[in-house]
Amino acid sequence: MTNYSWNWSVFFQSVPSGDATYIDWIIAGLIGTIVLSITAWILALIMGGIIGTLRTVKNPIISSIASGYIELFRDIPLLVQLFIWFFVIPEFLPQTARDALFQMPPLYSQFLTAWICLGLFTSARIAEQVRTGIQAVPDGQTAAGLALGFTTLQIYFTVRIPQAIRIIMPALTSEFLNIFKNSSVATTIGFIELSRQAQQLVDYTAQPYEAFIVITALYMLVNIIVMLLMHKLEKKLQIPGYITGDK
Amino acid sequence: MRLLKTSLAVLTISALGLSSVALADSATLNKIKETNTILLGHRESSVPFSYYDNNQNVIGYSQEIEMKIVNAIKAKLNLPDLKTKMLPVTSANRITLLQNGSIDIECGSTTHNKERAQQVGFSNTIFIIGTRLMTKNNSGIKDFPDLAGKNVVTTAGTTSERILQKMDNDKDMNMNIISAKDHGEAFLMLQSGRAVAFMMDDALLFGERAKARNPEDWVVVGKPQSYEAYGCIVRKDDPEFKAIADETIAKLMTSGEINTIYDKWFNKPIPPKNLNLEFPLSEKMQALFKAPNDKPFE
Repeated sequence: MTNYSWNWSVFFQSVPSGDATYIDWIIAGLIGTIVLSITAWILALIMGGIIGTLRTVKNPIISSIASGYIELFRDIPLLVQLFIWFFVIPEFLPQTARDALFQMPPLYSQFLTAWICLGLFTSARIAEQVRTGIQAVPDGQTAAGLALGFTTLQIYFTVRIPQAIRIIMPALTSEFLNIFKNSSVATTIGFIELSRQAQQLVDYTAQPYEAFIVITALYMLVNIIVMLLMHKLEKKLQIPGYITGDK
Repeated sequence: MRLLKTSLAVLTISALGLSSVALADSATLNKIKETNTILLGHRESSVPFSYYDNNQNVIGYSQEIEMKIVNAIKAKLNLPDLKTKMLPVTSANRITLLQNGSIDIECGSTTHNKERAQQVGFSNTIFIIGTRLMTKNNSGIKDFPDLAGKNVVTTAGTTSERILQKMDNDKDMNMNIISAKDHGEAFLMLQSGRAVAFMMDDALLFGERAKARNPEDWVVVGKPQSYEAYGCIVRKDDPEFKAIADETIAKLMTSGEINTIYDKWFNKPIPPKNLNLEFPLSEKMQALFKAPNDKPFE
């Protein structure tokens, strides 16, 4: 480290094209990371909720389709999945769809690919948590529902799912934090997000430590905010005396 | 007994002192001598500069120069059994790995520019490239102005990326600039039709072209937008070590030996697919061979 010359003012220097400073680049990257993560999170919650619930139904065909989905997305590395979505899948699209995809501004097609990839990858993980959450609701409650004349759907929507959501909140928080970290894979297809901007800074300024220290701090900051908000929500939704342990 | 111990200690200290006087100028040479090992950085897919052949050996134009430098160090330090350790580096980590001592020298396709020169030392220039475009032979793209409104791909963190961005800003060209992770992926984006052109160092474009399924489908076009000098990187403030690299490179060039090496990598079939890059020696390179120097273009 003795050979390294620190230069924190690098962030306020003008970029080569002269229309911004490096700090603007970092902010653009931060926005990219946040937008991608939050939208992918919404996709993951919807798909994860549906698949996880289907995994618990009695019908063996439906539940095995759901578990096939989960295994497919859980067993392949995220980076490989992104590569498949970006390079392989478009080859199988009809010519018109492929042309439409390739002719849209690259930022959109990069975002679309990363959004689907990250959303579905995370949905498989959420599905598993939803399944365990639903299964954690005591069977007696289902029996009680049936005795009261509820249909299976009613039991799911009024008894099992609402409780499952409250039970799995801590696990969902971890997944929410993960999605912010995993969004960094989008850098490999050229999407503008935080870790790509750090790489760019390294290549343009040769100041790797400053760039990575700053983005590390930003990832931490974002995740600390997410954690605090999720903890608040968790407290609110907590079932007294259940799993998370109310005092 | 005590006297013996004391005198032994004195002897040891003065011996240590002597040997450190002998080589005190170069921390890198000292380290190489002490460990009998030199740590070399290489690139994994910079065809034809530094890359793997089919047997996972590192080969290439820059690699060959790097080994000449190693031989010069062997001779200088009188270490005929000097061990070499190879470490693959990327454009993102090569400077850090050099500074933290993981490698002693890297010869690949590293452009000498002023930002990098603040962190590391550059040897004499080993290659000069021009930044140009590769496109499909029927794309209708002849030069940079034809890129207006089009998707253009380049590799993240390269000078080409900066030039494209500046060109887009200055001339309001409405280009969509895609930055791929590495040259291979950038070429894949070109081949799949996501971009109509790939801007990069011309020598690397010829290298990517040689890897294509049908090399004859791809052409390198356009007036070079910049020239860049590739150098080997060494630790800064180690002039004695840099001098060995500089002398080795200068001698290769002025003796004419470099012409054989150039021909081998740019005008003859090369691994892994036995394709000929057919990349003629430029005027700038001829001038460099006549007068070796360590000056960047920037």
